Amino acid sequence: MNKHQYEVIVVGAGGAGLMAALNASKTAVTAVISKLYPTRSHTGTAQGGIGAALGNLEEDHPEWHTYDTVKGSDYLGDQDAIEFMCQEAVPAVYELEHMGLPFSRTPDGRIAQRPFGGHTNNVTGKPVRRSCYAADRTGHMILQTLYQQCIKNNVQFFDEFQVLDLLIVNGVAQGVVAIELATSEIHIFHANAVIFATGGFGRIWKITSNAYSLTGDGVAIALRRGIPLEDMEFFQFHPTGIYKLGILITEGVRGEGGVLVNDKGERFMEHYAPHAKDLASRDVVSRAMYLEVRDGRGINGKDYLYLDVRPETVNKYATLDGRTRPDGTPYQVTGEEILQKLPDIIDFCRTYLGVDPIEQPMPVQPTAHYAMGGIPTNIYGQVVLDENNTILPGFYAAGESACVSVHGANRLGTNSLVDILVFGKHAGIHAAQYARGAQFQTLPQDAADFARQQLDRFLNNDKGTEKISDIAEEMKITMMDHVGVFRTEEGMNVALNKIRELKQRYWNIKLDDNGKVFNTDLLNAWELGNLLDLAEVTTASALARKESRGAHAREDFPKRDDKNWLKHTLAWLKDGEIHLRYKPVVITKYQPKERVY
Amino acid sequence: MKVTVKILRYNPEKDKRPRYRTYHVEAEPTDRVLDVLEKIKGYQDGSLSFRRSCAHGICGSCAMRINGMNRLACKTLIKDLHSDKIVIEPLLGLPLMKDLIVDMKPFFEHYQSVKPYLINDEPPPLTERLQSPEERERFDDTTKCILCAACTTSCPSFWSNGQYVGPAAIVNAHRFIFDSRDRGAAERLRILSDQFGVYRCHTIFNCTLACPRDIQITKAIGEVKRAIATGSLD
Repeated sequence: MNKHQYEVIVVGAGGAGLMAALNASKTAVTAVISKLYPTRSHTGTAQGGIGAALGNLEEDHPEWHTYDTVKGSDYLGDQDAIEFMCQEAVPAVYELEHMGLPFSRTPDGRIAQRPFGGHTNNVTGKPVRRSCYAADRTGHMILQTLYQQCIKNNVQFFDEFQVLDLLIVNGVAQGVVAIELATSEIHIFHANAVIFATGGFGRIWKITSNAYSLTGDGVAIALRRGIPLEDMEFFQFHPTGIYKLGILITEGVRGEGGVLVNDKGERFMEHYAPHAKDLASRDVVSRAMYLEVRDGRGINGKDYLYLDVRPETVNKYATLDGRTRPDGTPYQVTGEEILQKLPDIIDFCRTYLGVDPIEQPMPVQPTAHYAMGGIPTNIYGQVVLDENNTILPGFYAAGESACVSVHGANRLGTNSLVDILVFGKHAGIHAAQYARGAQFQTLPQDAADFARQQLDRFLNNDKGTEKISDIAEEMKITMMDHVGVFRTEEGMNVALNKIRELKQRYWNIKLDDNGKVFNTDLLNAWELGNLLDLAEVTTASALARKESRGAHAREDFPKRDDKNWLKHTLAWLKDGEIHLRYKPVVITKYQPKERVY
Repeated sequence: MKVTVKILRYNPEKDKRPRYRTYHVEAEPTDRVLDVLEKIKGYQDGSLSFRRSCAHGICGSCAMRINGMNRLACKTLIKDLHSDKIVIEPLLGLPLMKDLIVDMKPFFEHYQSVKPYLINDEPPPLTERLQSPEERERFDDTTKCILCAACTTSCPSFWSNGQYVGPAAIVNAHRFIFDSRDRGAAERLRILSDQFGVYRCHTIFNCTLACPRDIQITKAIGEVKRAIATGSLD
């Protein structure tokens, strides 16, 4: 067995992991373990921008960003954490620029900013240009820039190592167990601080914007080690996924003036969000789309709508809305300008749909996109274990795998990038500080056993009859049908029973590959176990919450219920059963009120 | 439609050398080659090994040879191959590890050798460094690189000598050499002017044809050559 010792171990090499590693490695001996080469991480697919109140094009304030995020969260976000994030967003963006991130620029050479859903001028209620962008490749630029900085600063990487387990000794985190994909060798990484930045788990659903690799590994590992998961019922469906494929079409399309239209050619968002219209929060827009389809106004009666960014459409509605440019002239665009601002979107549509968005509208439907819930943490990334916020010393989480909670019941566009930058950084700083002062515990002899068992049960299981792909497909369809944009008690009960049946069948998987070199068959089986656990927790948490809030929309409980449900869910998995408890929401300046856009 | 997929398979634990295996798959013309690979892995042979992640041309995991061309499996639709016969092979020029998986370490070492990060020791301003839209546009094309290795592993010069840094590394050097905020151009140009640098490029254009991001790679390499020759970035 291979043993390594570091002060800080970061698991995951997306934006949060790399920010954590860059900051931790300044003062502590740090290594990053990632199942992918870092530049393959899903941060790279983020398109539209980073929200930060730089005010480069018009008046804006971190306080406005804070309020918009609180409102966007449907008042479930913790307001102290949100305020911290929105204040820190501004220096975080400048820091990225200083690292070399190639932002798009204003004519006077400053960072360009565009409008995004839910981000407003708090005085007028109109959309504000807050999203700092690099064309529609902002995530790609962030990931590349952070990886470049890691190379510059000699950060150590273990690429294509899959972390399987978290080691906790005497009540403190002490490292991880990982498998080297190329050889199947098991490695123990002994460390005084472990930061999980392992991303989300959108692969639970059939239609998703998420990469194949987003299987919630870190979140599921934490769950298995007795750590509760927070607010798992809140999963964002992004309104504009490419029809059937789920590939994301950035909200930036609507930021640049694109509109959603139904089969009658109506800009239907006017009826659902008279002020913000197409730039209302994502949960609001996804529900509106679902209702349009249900009422027979999907395109050709089918389950999709059009996202229209043709210049003539943009210009028509910009005129009707009285939209102006920063210099006060009317907002009118050309096809060339659209192409320049949204090059990748245009490329996706041409490649996958054979549609040129400058000339034809894009067929879109809501796509499972982002986990608001995850491993509960405070603003320093420290993982908390219960409703009293008791800390598990040495264990940190950041990014989509964590729940601070800044996104509450619904995340605003651009805030995932703010989250990974701000909380990745602070988790890195805090973990390094903690690790330097901590003592290594002696690891037990059997430290790798739990990880090994999870793999060994699949190897040479000749009696197995089940296929990974069958179980995965049934899970995805079940979750899409019953734990999607709208939910009912009846449907979720069906889903919960189905997931439990699949968890039984899961033990009976037969692999085609029992080898040691890049056994992706084995890895897929293990990842599916993570997805099943998280699907179960998501469904059980959703079933219990008898109200509608943010992304959790119950047809049988259509109203938000602050009296009974203004609280965070904590879900534990113990002896195969899910136990739910609740903890209060932190409210500072903004008392809950009705949420209208 | 029915497609016939011939895949070059290799398992170092069992096989002396790679050999082709043929699969028959039901596919839509609009399916990606990656969808076809997933169908084979999911329902015919789970031991088939390949890398993949984002499935829409951004992460750079799934570069492979498809009907003789380096492409991303996730960005190549069946209909665009104009054939119901598909031959899939691993990238050339990098050590084969298993099936469609090659060793990416030499590729990333070349990438790192050109100092692919902003070099500027001047104290930054309190806000952003200013850069005009024109200055930003100067290096826009090469910021698009996703490090998929399709270009480098399509290059005959790289095939003949793996010490050549290769087009991807030059693209990433270009991205900084022509960034108005960067101060490391001279260092990078020195690195690229050595015997395994830009002069190994014989303008064969395979890299440009292979790039799934449509980066004008040969043009970028030419601009780096010119900068070395003239000592000027204009």
